Amino acid sequence: MQKLNGAQILSECLLREGVDTIFGMPGGAVIPLYNVLHDYPFKHVLCRHEQGASHMADGYARATGKVGVCIGTSGPGATNMVTGIATAMMDSVPMVVITGQVPTYMIGKDAFQETDTTGITMPITKHNYLVMDVKDVARVVREAFHIARTGRPGPVLIDIPKDVTTNVTDFEYPEKLSLPGFKPNTKGHINPIRRAAKLLDDARRPLIMAGHGIILSEAYDELRQFAEKTQVPVISTLLGISGFPETHPLYYGWPGMHGMYYCNMAISHCDTILAVGMRMDDRVTGRLNAFAPHAQIIHVDIDPAELGKNVPTAVKIVGDAKQVLKLLTEEVQENPAGEGNRLAEWWQTLNQWRIEHPSLALPDKPEKMSSPWILRQMYHVTEGNAVLVTDVGQAQMWAAQHYFFARPNTHITSGGLGPMGYALPAAIGVQYGRPGEQVWCITGDGGFQMTLEELAVVREENLPIKIAIFNNNYLGMVRQWQQLFFNERYMAVKMWNPDYVKLGEAYGIPTVRASTLEEVVPALEWAHKQEGPAMLEFVVDPFENVFPMVPPGASLQETIESVQEVAPQLAKVAAAAGGSSGGV
Amino acid sequence: MKHTLVALVENQPGVLQRVANLFSRRGFNIDSLTVGTTDTDKISRMTIVVDGANTQVEQVIKQLYKLIDVLRISDVTNDRTVDRDLALIKVQATNSTSRAEIVQLADIFRGKIVDVAADSLVVEVTGDEEKISSLLHMLRPFGIKEMVRTGVVSMTRGAGLAARLGEERLEAAG
Repeated sequence: MQKLNGAQILSECLLREGVDTIFGMPGGAVIPLYNVLHDYPFKHVLCRHEQGASHMADGYARATGKVGVCIGTSGPGATNMVTGIATAMMDSVPMVVITGQVPTYMIGKDAFQETDTTGITMPITKHNYLVMDVKDVARVVREAFHIARTGRPGPVLIDIPKDVTTNVTDFEYPEKLSLPGFKPNTKGHINPIRRAAKLLDDARRPLIMAGHGIILSEAYDELRQFAEKTQVPVISTLLGISGFPETHPLYYGWPGMHGMYYCNMAISHCDTILAVGMRMDDRVTGRLNAFAPHAQIIHVDIDPAELGKNVPTAVKIVGDAKQVLKLLTEEVQENPAGEGNRLAEWWQTLNQWRIEHPSLALPDKPEKMSSPWILRQMYHVTEGNAVLVTDVGQAQMWAAQHYFFARPNTHITSGGLGPMGYALPAAIGVQYGRPGEQVWCITGDGGFQMTLEELAVVREENLPIKIAIFNNNYLGMVRQWQQLFFNERYMAVKMWNPDYVKLGEAYGIPTVRASTLEEVVPALEWAHKQEGPAMLEFVVDPFENVFPMVPPGASLQETIESVQEVAPQLAKVAAAAGGSSGGV
Repeated sequence: MKHTLVALVENQPGVLQRVANLFSRRGFNIDSLTVGTTDTDKISRMTIVVDGANTQVEQVIKQLYKLIDVLRISDVTNDRTVDRDLALIKVQATNSTSRAEIVQLADIFRGKIVDVAADSLVVEVTGDEEKISSLLHMLRPFGIKEMVRTGVVSMTRGAGLAARLGEERLEAAG
């Protein structure tokens, strides 16, 4: 039998799991691991900050459906990755995070760069391991990958002390897994599926809410077939965008805090919801006790804990979106499109809402530059074929609203944790996962400055990422809240910015600034044609607001569409809630 | 309402921390949590008493199931169970009258005197929570100097849970 050290065993196991790309940064406790990486065919991408490595692995995983892998050293290496791990946990992204640890005999002695990594990451990982014996390395890596990608995906962390990576043992790859406490049910029981089909057959105003689960289980065809057989309108959650073609006639937008007005009305008036692979997040539901007041909810999720967690459900189906939708499509009655469509009346109402409150309407020839219009032009210039990786805040919302995603899994964003600085490192991971595609990083000046050190990776690896910075010299979303809900008392939101053209130059990344309406399309076309990386800075109006908006604590029915509506609507919300508006 | 949950978990380092962590992370209140070994050294058994509405407790159970080390959880609240709590109570006893009365009380509650000192006695008593509370109530006038309770452990009567737990036990035992 082969004698190998812990680092070699780890690498052998990574190979067997099909790992080709690793994002990371070396440091004291992982030097022996990096020492053996020499001998393995992995592409190692050197981040400039471990948070970057964790978001890169996340982006890679979201883009490919494979498990993303990142490595950091003990102590600060591990703590720097906490944001990326929590991001992956909230959004169900399969990742294996490898952290170095001080040698086993120094654990607990407050050694240099020692931190209780498994303790810190326990609530933000699906599972984690501290490997104290080299004999356990192979089993742990095998289990970690299985847990990360099976059932509801998520991050698994392996903390590996330095001496465990250098100790030697017989290497035997464990073919069999023994995880008696981990058996996710994917198929879905037929009884609740039949009850769901009956509800949907009888529904007069049904709605499908399609979440991230569609993308994670690649249930694109199953969702389309179900919708086409039943003619039920499809709305997606923020993370569900690009799970169903936005150009499809049955697509009806996405709801929630900055979702389409008509979409929020559809939820508020529908009689049946088929929610698939989504978790009824507060950004989607608005005030819970007023969410879908007339609807019976059928909830499909692979994680039983999501069913009934936030909203009461009529039918709970535990299972994988792909498998359940397939069975459900077999069980439901066919409803023809056009003549004889029994949902014709519902569609008439839906179309009327969309005409009266278009939400996404933009002038073809506006008088001045606006962020939504820039994103719409980006859609035209890229012919809707780009993969957009968006940051957090106003630009994220505008991108989700005004770019139309027709191809599967082309909208990548952090929905749950919402870490500013996500987009650039995630876009790097996405580009590695989908090398042939044009990846755009959409960010604001605030978010970009949190992780812009990763520009060095873009340059070093000559990644053809197109970076679009929406620079309004403000933390825009917070400014918007201060304007609308805090009497325009602006505090700590205006920010100085570097000269991004010079910054691009310093990093060797061609950069163009667009400050006027006329400069927008040429700038986009220029970036679109660049073979290597390119950066655009759009100098935009600092006082743009994202609308529609559901004020914090309000219900979806109380969606507002302009600044003028804010004050009267807030008064109504506060009166209904007995004085305090609440919500976050 | 109080619910008693019985959990079988893999005997791994950190499993108690995972369970305790989950309760605080999700905002659930633990009344008591006991953990101990079972007949298989790979499996530990927890009895968790949690206060909350039915829907909340259902959520607790589902979240606990997501822990990889948790093999099986049962809400035994509505099952016929044997519940036992053990208490050690150090009672002030400065004269022979009070000493005699304390011994008598311990006797009635089928407790035992396990330590005698010049000015105190230690009473050991087992039973359900109610029984121990009643004894405490009776001993309080003498002056309680120290007290410790183990928290409740619970087991269903008859075949009930044992049958449900069988499969996981065998598998974890490998």
